[in-house]
Amino acid sequence: MDNELNLTHHISHRFNEELEEVRSNVMAMGGLVEKQVADGIKALLTSDTEIAEAVASSDFEVNAMEVAIDEQCTQILARRQPAASDLRLLVTIIKTITDLERIGDEAEKLGHIAVKLSDKNASSSQFVELRHLGEHVKTMLHESLDAFARMDVNDALRTIESDKLVNEEFESIMRQLITRMMEDPREIKNTLRVSWCARALERIGDHAKNVCENVVYLVKGKDIRHTSLDKMREELI
Amino acid sequence: MDANIKLKNELVDDTQTGLKTLQGNSTADMEQEIGATIGQQFVDKPKMQARNVDVFYGEKQAIFDVNMDFGEHEVVALIGPSGCGKTTFLRCLNRMNDTIPICKVTGDISLDGEDIHSKAMDPVLLRARVGMVFQKPNPFPKSVYDNVAYGARLHGLASNKAELDEIVTTSLQRAGLFDEVKDRLQEPGTGLSGGQQQRLCIARTIAVSPEVILMDEPASALDPIATAIIEELIDELRQNYTIAIVTHSMQQAARVSQRTAYFHLGKLVEIGETNQIFTNPQHELTENYITGRFG
Repeated sequence: MDNELNLTHHISHRFNEELEEVRSNVMAMGGLVEKQVADGIKALLTSDTEIAEAVASSDFEVNAMEVAIDEQCTQILARRQPAASDLRLLVTIIKTITDLERIGDEAEKLGHIAVKLSDKNASSSQFVELRHLGEHVKTMLHESLDAFARMDVNDALRTIESDKLVNEEFESIMRQLITRMMEDPREIKNTLRVSWCARALERIGDHAKNVCENVVYLVKGKDIRHTSLDKMREELI
Repeated sequence: MDANIKLKNELVDDTQTGLKTLQGNSTADMEQEIGATIGQQFVDKPKMQARNVDVFYGEKQAIFDVNMDFGEHEVVALIGPSGCGKTTFLRCLNRMNDTIPICKVTGDISLDGEDIHSKAMDPVLLRARVGMVFQKPNPFPKSVYDNVAYGARLHGLASNKAELDEIVTTSLQRAGLFDEVKDRLQEPGTGLSGGQQQRLCIARTIAVSPEVILMDEPASALDPIATAIIEELIDELRQNYTIAIVTHSMQQAARVSQRTAYFHLGKLVEIGETNQIFTNPQHELTENYITGRFG
């Protein structure tokens, strides 16, 4: 069968509309989460408390979208009893919005920590290490949402691959932060906070990877979770 | 009306409907490339095997080169749009098509390795081994007891009344109907509800100890509760029989079968494990059909 999924063309126009609507809601949720992450990183790097507080308090919007999309999916499952690619789409959406909601939680964490760090007058040079990791994670999230929107397996696999870099970068930041704590014990508290931010960013990378794995399941019908990249490529290409 | 005549008339009606639908297919549709059958056509322990089966109604070919097995203790669902040949193919399996003069079946169909078209095979005995349950419940205009006892008497399965009673009771129990009708065994079978009548027909089929049961949309005329009871029964019967079921309900095929075969324009397009067919079909036509898309 052609790998490109055709999610419209159901005999029922209403069903087409329902699927299209839920899909566009997921993309809207993705956009919101992407903005939250970008703002969280920006707040951290620029010590902008206003943005930090906005991020810390805006998670409710993402949560509300998760609940609404979940409800839409439940109704479609109950009323349409979808099969094949339609079923995979709904399963993918239900899983994806959980990941997006958790990304939102991580962004919220970034906001809270940014507020605390700015209270302590920590200099932005302390978390310059996060800049690169932050950019990497933002790109990864953007690409994973793109892969979902375009249902593109190759994009998804490339993004999954880039999670390895994020993990390596995270390990490297942790080593630097440990060194700093050993050198100057007075900075331990703030450095720990920076490490939590690094951890939050790394987790966002993991969730973006999950979104990509869901995309592969949607398009190919294969569950590639917990398999090595080489095996994924072997099975899919 | 005599039960056999009624049965034959229903068959002819069904066939004519199938033919009309077949004739309604445009040439362009017929030319659409379907390709070779995809999926798991054959099994390790086949009960019935169909090889290169073609069916013609007069000049018109209804089934094209179907190759597949029906395994022991499995339920195989045959799905596809109206006129795709699934019922025609099902009827080949116990030579019900012999009753239609213009129908010609070629290819090999075997039961336990034995050619069902061989001269040694008595069609009446074949139909006892490969029983059939139809779309509309069609109890004979006889008592509940006689409906179930009919086949057993015909095939001389009981040597005395006690044995016949035992066959009737066991069959009704297996069909999940005994408790509901035990006090009215002598009342007409036609007086039962639709779901009960269908289970009575299943009991009648079981009474002659078949090895394979063919079901042609057995629950399409029933309400959801009666349907659920029939589906539960199908699942239980699987322990002892091979079952082939034609159904228009995707959900029913998904619920009751282990393998699903998708027919389109008389060809077997795809066959595979039901789990796979309903989550990740390989052929675009199968995908379009089960998701309700335009072909």
